[in-house]
Amino acid sequence: MQSRSFHLEIRSPEKLIYEGDVTSVQAPGVEGNFQILYGHIPFLTALDVGEIRINEFSDTLRSMATSGGVFEVLRTGVTVLVETAEWASDIDVARAESALERAKEQLAEDSPDLNRPSAEAALARAQNRIKVASNQ
Amino acid sequence: MATLREIRRRITSIKNIEQVTDAMRVVAAARLRRAQENITATRPYAEKLNTILGHLISQMDVEEEALTHPLLEEREVKHVCIISVSGDRGLCGSFNSNVIRTTTERIQHYEETGADVTLICIGRRTQEHFDRRGYDITDSYINIFRQLEFQTAVDVVQEFEHLYVDKTIDKVEVIYNNFKSAILQTVLVEQLLPLEPIEPEGDTLFLDYIYEPGQVELFEMLLHKDLNMQMWKVLLDSNAAEQAARMAAMENATQKAKELIDELILQRNRARQTQITTEISEIVSGAAALEG
Repeated sequence: MQSRSFHLEIRSPEKLIYEGDVTSVQAPGVEGNFQILYGHIPFLTALDVGEIRINEFSDTLRSMATSGGVFEVLRTGVTVLVETAEWASDIDVARAESALERAKEQLAEDSPDLNRPSAEAALARAQNRIKVASNQ
Repeated sequence: MATLREIRRRITSIKNIEQVTDAMRVVAAARLRRAQENITATRPYAEKLNTILGHLISQMDVEEEALTHPLLEEREVKHVCIISVSGDRGLCGSFNSNVIRTTTERIQHYEETGADVTLICIGRRTQEHFDRRGYDITDSYINIFRQLEFQTAVDVVQEFEHLYVDKTIDKVEVIYNNFKSAILQTVLVEQLLPLEPIEPEGDTLFLDYIYEPGQVELFEMLLHKDLNMQMWKVLLDSNAAEQAARMAAMENATQKAKELIDELILQRNRARQTQITTEISEIVSGAAALEG
């Protein structure tokens, strides 16, 4: 049986990342991963660093790395506002790895100028991007 | 009166300058178009974010929860943080100097009321200006406009947000060039923190959500995102305004160069005429002397 689809829109401040009909979407909520299917009741949540997976109407699965955002389900469809997001296929693994190294070094040095939350967030983002890219 | 050769040399050099300024104008025009597209691309995100925030507030007990949030708290202003946004390069008319002048005025204003001021400089121009004069600079961001990324806005916000929550500073203002249109840019002073209280969205169609985590946590997160968004808009606006200012400045320069070249060509022709006349009269008088 063909499952029913709903409208999904994913936006970052810089551009429209995805718009289309999907049968399901999985996202990294701050209280754990969740999946939304057709007919879900209105729901508002915050997203953590992680992976968003989309199941398109044509049954193709696409995934992207995100650094967090807002996820809203209304009767009319789903809107995701992410601060940054990258399709798994677009991730530059070499760049992510160098970002990872840099964040690790900064945390290891632990200089008084270090903005610790910011360095830790950078570390988490880099790890996530590598993970999402390798799941391809 | 300049000699013919001198005039010719000046014409060549001004023609070169004209080519350079015209090329800069074309580059600025292309960058301006991209900058405007970026502004347009941001709009739906910002609107959606405001709608969600409005919905959430309409569901909250505003008196109880929203107004006690640390980012909304108004305090007596003793320490001010001013974010001064300029460009990294010159040759763009009064773009940079307007920001520097307004910033200096604001600093004076606060010092007269007894508050001290720290700066966050965005763009090399303000950074160099205020650093050289020994102002207190908390942080500066240089060369961010070439490849403008949302992450930069997030970094800037993180910087002043924690200072505000720590109560190291009591007020945050941003001074930047607002992009009104390709021919009009104005310097604006905007208050970022404390945040202006947000009006609830009176949307009766609104359905009751399930929240995860709770309303208050979501509210805090959305406020934070809204602040990021405001900072991002400032950066985009300033970038577009810079390109527009440069385009106008370079167009003027090209125009002036053209006028100057026209004038020099007249002078050159006159000088050449004089030279020919002198030569002819010399030949004529020479011939006359031989015949005589």
